[in-house]
Amino acid sequence: MSLAAVDTQRKLPDLDRVPRVDEVGVNERVARFQSRSIKKASKVEALRMVLSMIDLTTLEGQDTPGKVRQLCQKAMHLHDSVQGLPHVAAVCVYPTMVSVARKALEGRDIHIASVATAFPSGQAPLNVKLEDTRMAVDQGADEIDMVISRGAFLAGDYAFVFDEIAAIKEACGDAHLKVILETGELGTLDRVRRASVLALHAGADFIKTSTGKIQPAATMQVTLVMLQAIRDYFYDTGRMAGMKPAGGISSAKLAIHYLVMLRETLGNAWMTPEWFRFGASSLANDVLMQIVKQETGVYQSADYFSKD
Amino acid sequence: MAAKAERSKERVAVAKTYKIYIDGKFPRTESGRYFTLEDPKGNVIANVCRGSRKDFRNATVAARKAQPGWAGASAYLRGQILYRIAEMLEGRREQFIAELKLQGVTQRAAQKEVNASIDRLIYFAGWADKYQQVFSAVNPVASSHFNFSVLEPTGVVSIIAPDDSGLLGLISNVAPTIVGGNTCVVLASESMPLSAVSFAEVLHASDVPAGVVNILTGLRSELTEHFASHMDVNAIVFCDGARKTARTVQELASDNIKHVVARTDIDWNRDSAQHPYLIRDTQEVKTTWHPIGS
Repeated sequence: MSLAAVDTQRKLPDLDRVPRVDEVGVNERVARFQSRSIKKASKVEALRMVLSMIDLTTLEGQDTPGKVRQLCQKAMHLHDSVQGLPHVAAVCVYPTMVSVARKALEGRDIHIASVATAFPSGQAPLNVKLEDTRMAVDQGADEIDMVISRGAFLAGDYAFVFDEIAAIKEACGDAHLKVILETGELGTLDRVRRASVLALHAGADFIKTSTGKIQPAATMQVTLVMLQAIRDYFYDTGRMAGMKPAGGISSAKLAIHYLVMLRETLGNAWMTPEWFRFGASSLANDVLMQIVKQETGVYQSADYFSKD
Repeated sequence: MAAKAERSKERVAVAKTYKIYIDGKFPRTESGRYFTLEDPKGNVIANVCRGSRKDFRNATVAARKAQPGWAGASAYLRGQILYRIAEMLEGRREQFIAELKLQGVTQRAAQKEVNASIDRLIYFAGWADKYQQVFSAVNPVASSHFNFSVLEPTGVVSIIAPDDSGLLGLISNVAPTIVGGNTCVVLASESMPLSAVSFAEVLHASDVPAGVVNILTGLRSELTEHFASHMDVNAIVFCDGARKTARTVQELASDNIKHVVARTDIDWNRDSAQHPYLIRDTQEVKTTWHPIGS
């Protein structure tokens, strides 16, 4: 596909006019979110909401069809000894594993997300990235998690990054596009904000913090800056976009802090799996242990929960 | 006037803040609660952390995390570390004697207790690479198998330390538990908690990996049920003779079939209070059936 075919509605905004980020202010705000006390019934509701927002993820070189089937099994049966638990939002796998996941999740209301565009580095020519994306969509992916070309972005070639995202968005067709900024490689919150604005204007349905392969991955600071970008984009254009922090969120407590931040930055409309996701592999078990703790009053052990 | 000037030069003593010991750190209790400790004359000696169930949970997470590494360390190394604890304690004898006296123990008894504590650590340090030989066995079986049993640490152990022996009682229960590769969360004596906190400082300076020993202070009435019910604790050692405690512990421990070890009515000062069966108490037996040609 040529770039000329890209929807001409999308236009790269002047990134010099993107607001600067007050880092001290962000830190203070984030500290506030962590001081909210969420107990008892509200806590249980929050935990259930977290479960329903998880993209259960396996992105390893060692992934096998068996491992992916096991992950899908976990997605469908989180912890059957507790009645009425929500299921996770999606499973997230490599493009080559999409067909395996499709078959395993047949008839279930669990989405399949696939990373694409030479994940995790994004260092490949555009035609390879487009092919990668189309292949994942053809195999049945409902959502595509693409990585931006950080190298080009850091070199200041914003138009290149913008066009690339727009082209991938076209290639996605009906599949939702999540754009991974890989904030751990961007260095400053100012750049995170710019990259967010760029991705949103290029047509991202979701913006996502990290691949999970680079440290630091998701932090509350970075996520807050991205949520603010989504909010301002919504005020400008009236279009809602989703947010997905990924990597490093492994405790239920931290996940609840993220929900508080979401609620106080974007409001209730965003508090559904349609607009907010956690990219995580070990978070689900910690949330399940907390839910069982709330039910029984007894602290739980990982020994009694399935591994993945 | 002169007397007043003299008095004003008197140094103001620096009181110690007694905190709890979790994961190799000394946090204050998460709950922010305290109870005051008084000497026999009714003077306040210290504010002691009134640990909460969340402190216990955090300590258990730390103990679980530390357990595989500690169990994987060689028996020789575990022994060396126990010797090291004894060495560090030896160097702080005077501090521990003074602290016991502050809590109402006589000079003579305090000296005896500190000496016995150091010796007890040495005793169990010596057992580190020996108990396995004593308790393991090659078993005679009537089939073509080589059949043998060895001990493995049970995992995370919660310990309710004796109330009447603040230092020696604690060490007598912690040492045999950790020498066998377990990690532990300990509830210190409620009436004499100061020595336990100072002992944590000794542990901290003795190459004991973070999380292997975690020490909480607080009220038994509040914490016992959590020590007994936590699903991620594999054994509970309790040194509390009350009938009600025994019942509560046994009932709650049954949920995940913890080992329940009752050590009540023991005079920890006696030599008979130290024996390798204290190590055996928190070990599991693994028996292997290995096929051989007949």
